[in-house]
Amino acid sequence: MDNLLILFNAPILSVQLLIDGLLVGAVFALVAYGMALVWGVMNIINIAQGEFVMLGGYVAYYLYRAGIHPLFAIPVAAVLLFILGWALYRSVIYRVVDRDLFTSILATFGLGILLQQLANQLFGADVHIVPSGLHTWTLFGGMVTIAQIKVIACVFALLIGIALIWFLKRSRMGQAIRATAQNARAARIMGVDTTQVYATTFGLNAAICGAAGALVAMIWIIQPYLGLPFTARSFMIVVVAGVGNIGAVFLAGLGLGVAEEFAGFTLGAQFQTAFVFALLVVILVWRRIRLARQRRYLS
Amino acid sequence: MNRTALRFALYLSIIALGIAAPFIVPGIRTQLSFLWIMIVFALTWDILGGQMGYNSFGNVLFFGVGMYACVLIQQHSGLSYFPALFVGIAAGGLVAVAFAALLGWGILGLRGHYFAIGTLGLGIAAAEFASGWDLIGAGSGLVTPLYPGAVGGRETFFYFPCFILAIVTFLSLRRLYRGRFRLAINAIRDDEDKAEAMGLHTTLYKTVAWCIAAFFLGLAGPLVGNLIGFIDPRDVAFASSSYGVWMLLMAILGGKGTLWGPVIGAVVFHITQELFWTYLLGWQRVALGLLVMLIVIFFPTGIVGWVRERWPERFGQRVDEQAQRTADQ
Amino acid sequence: MIMLETQNVRKTFGGIIANHDISLQVDEGSIVGLIGPNGSGKTTLFNSIVGQYPIDRGSIRFRGNEISRMRVPTIARLGLLRTFQQTRIYGGMTCVENMQASVQQSQHSWRRMLSDVRPEHTEKAENLLQFVGLYSKRHLFAGDLSFGQQKLLEFAMALMSEPKMLLLDEPTAGINPTLINGLVDRLQRVNAEMGITLLVIEHNMNVIMNLAQRLYCLAHGELLASGTPEQIRNNQNVIDAYLGAH
Repeated sequence: MDNLLILFNAPILSVQLLIDGLLVGAVFALVAYGMALVWGVMNIINIAQGEFVMLGGYVAYYLYRAGIHPLFAIPVAAVLLFILGWALYRSVIYRVVDRDLFTSILATFGLGILLQQLANQLFGADVHIVPSGLHTWTLFGGMVTIAQIKVIACVFALLIGIALIWFLKRSRMGQAIRATAQNARAARIMGVDTTQVYATTFGLNAAICGAAGALVAMIWIIQPYLGLPFTARSFMIVVVAGVGNIGAVFLAGLGLGVAEEFAGFTLGAQFQTAFVFALLVVILVWRRIRLARQRRYLS
Repeated sequence: MNRTALRFALYLSIIALGIAAPFIVPGIRTQLSFLWIMIVFALTWDILGGQMGYNSFGNVLFFGVGMYACVLIQQHSGLSYFPALFVGIAAGGLVAVAFAALLGWGILGLRGHYFAIGTLGLGIAAAEFASGWDLIGAGSGLVTPLYPGAVGGRETFFYFPCFILAIVTFLSLRRLYRGRFRLAINAIRDDEDKAEAMGLHTTLYKTVAWCIAAFFLGLAGPLVGNLIGFIDPRDVAFASSSYGVWMLLMAILGGKGTLWGPVIGAVVFHITQELFWTYLLGWQRVALGLLVMLIVIFFPTGIVGWVRERWPERFGQRVDEQAQRTADQ
Repeated sequence: MIMLETQNVRKTFGGIIANHDISLQVDEGSIVGLIGPNGSGKTTLFNSIVGQYPIDRGSIRFRGNEISRMRVPTIARLGLLRTFQQTRIYGGMTCVENMQASVQQSQHSWRRMLSDVRPEHTEKAENLLQFVGLYSKRHLFAGDLSFGQQKLLEFAMALMSEPKMLLLDEPTAGINPTLINGLVDRLQRVNAEMGITLLVIEHNMNVIMNLAQRLYCLAHGELLASGTPEQIRNNQNVIDAYLGAH
């Protein structure tokens, strides 16, 4: 509550929180693109989403340790995670793609635990930082600071969003993906190689998450257990924005970022993760009650 | 011997074994207590997950709430050890039911995967909240009061409540599944819209089912808290990544939607865990993730479900030949 | 006495008017048919009546009570039940269990909620399964039955809960043609012996003309005609609608 007073007494702090929120919200949106894609096309809610982010972060960390600038880790992580995503589809996910949603939720949940614990064993539970070496702009005589890496992240998320829309609309693969999303059986009959489509979609999702992970490592920290909050964030972004609308996903991501910055400041940093998960529950219940008025339910 | 007598003999021997066990093998009393708790975990998860088709990742919430309620009473009530413990355990169950009833109103309206992820959020939110809240010890947790009896007496003392809780849970559910309650929640599992269209009080049944699960978990929480002697919000009370996952893993492994499945799953899982887990040297949780994946993908029907698929006639699923012949004539 | 009465019921989906001011009346103890080409709004009307969709305008009265604001389970407990076009049964339960789960729920009590299945209910379930011809399959999982058998089971489940009125959505679709006569016979017996009022959507003209005492015909969301089977058969508008000249 004290912090709320501070916010009133020093309105400039709100500007700081707002800017930070918008910038990090873009990273949340980036992860959510992938979830929306996989959910919309494959009808799978990937609980291991956050673990892909975490792995992307470790790519950045080890490149940094090897003396390579972590910004280069963004494409490297994307490529490596694409391969991982592809391999995971071919080995695990394809077995659950046609089963009921709970099976795929549980399977990816297991996958999440597996990746998280593997990272814990292989990389250690220590928290690492990956300095981007970039500077910080100061505004209003030092009252407001903007980290350049966050700006880069935000612009990157925006560009990826536009690229994704273009890819889905224009490219051959994108068209196949959209066709499969609408009706996988019909697409199969019309000669679309849906296995290829699914593998590409899942790989693409992992690649996006990997790139986001490299950014996460530079903005915050990296440790094996940071995955699940990212899964929760992208899930609620997609629930609010819908699976088919990349633009709305971006905006919802920004909104979540701002909400989280303000909540973290007023409630205290120790409650920030609690806030993320509580918000997830609140959003779901709120959506359900609104739909129930029209005698419909979330499905 | 007919089936009833056989079943009676089975129950009697389990009870006799359960009572004698801590004296026969006193070295593993704690592990045995946990075995009974695991059975409670799997059975209560299965009420919603197996019988009602509402797969919850957040049942551990009630376990933790009950645990905190009990230990706070033990610490602050001013009663002496045993009365405080007794009041605390009862309070654990009641507080958990209150939570379930309140949350159920919002959460149980969610269907399918939304329910699964909503409850996942609920469990983790509770853990994070508890580890930030100073009044209940925050991240450093709570210590349960010292057992006043002899050294080593604590393990034996807490073994029996665990044992009784498992037996009571099993018998209550057995009674519940025999009647209309099971029919109603199975109907909700198979087609909730149809159940509503037939006039079933679906909301009421769902809430009651959740409250029953919460009640037994709310009683289990205090026992585990006192057995371990220390409550950590993330790793003991609201341990989504261990107890929370084990619950559904054990129920699915044994065969969800059956009475004995969760029991068998819990026994198999717990024994395997106790025997082999230590050899994995820190890789246990990697194995856990792998196990979840493997069971869900390759063995979703579970042990009992598999048996039932192999020999459906043994479970009464058969065409009535005689009636068939009469109808054909 | 009027069992069910709709007045100017209107239901739109976005800009599409699925039901445009539909008024119809079903007398107690009668069998009324609802016909019309595909997409004419018959099933939408059913969904509106049983509370599945909130209607935009109009009134629906069941035995004198306004039910258009009530929810599905409440309406069902008043004794107005429907079957689904895409048959819905509890696939993971046996046929007998499906029936036992369908016992009327009108008054609720905690004791009943936790009580055993009463023997007379089991007996009744078996009698009704016998009635629809599924007695020999009573211990099989309902999900393992054929589509036509599931349809019969759903019908039996509806009877189990002793409704005052039944809305049947295409009861003969997917049923083996040789069994249709038997089904029509059963519907008539249900009406005559159990006193259940029936409102039936049906595409099979032979069936509905024989079964119903009164018919309503929908086309493009509007009520096109109503009357006795004889009147409907000779109504030029109805003939045009079915031949697509509308």
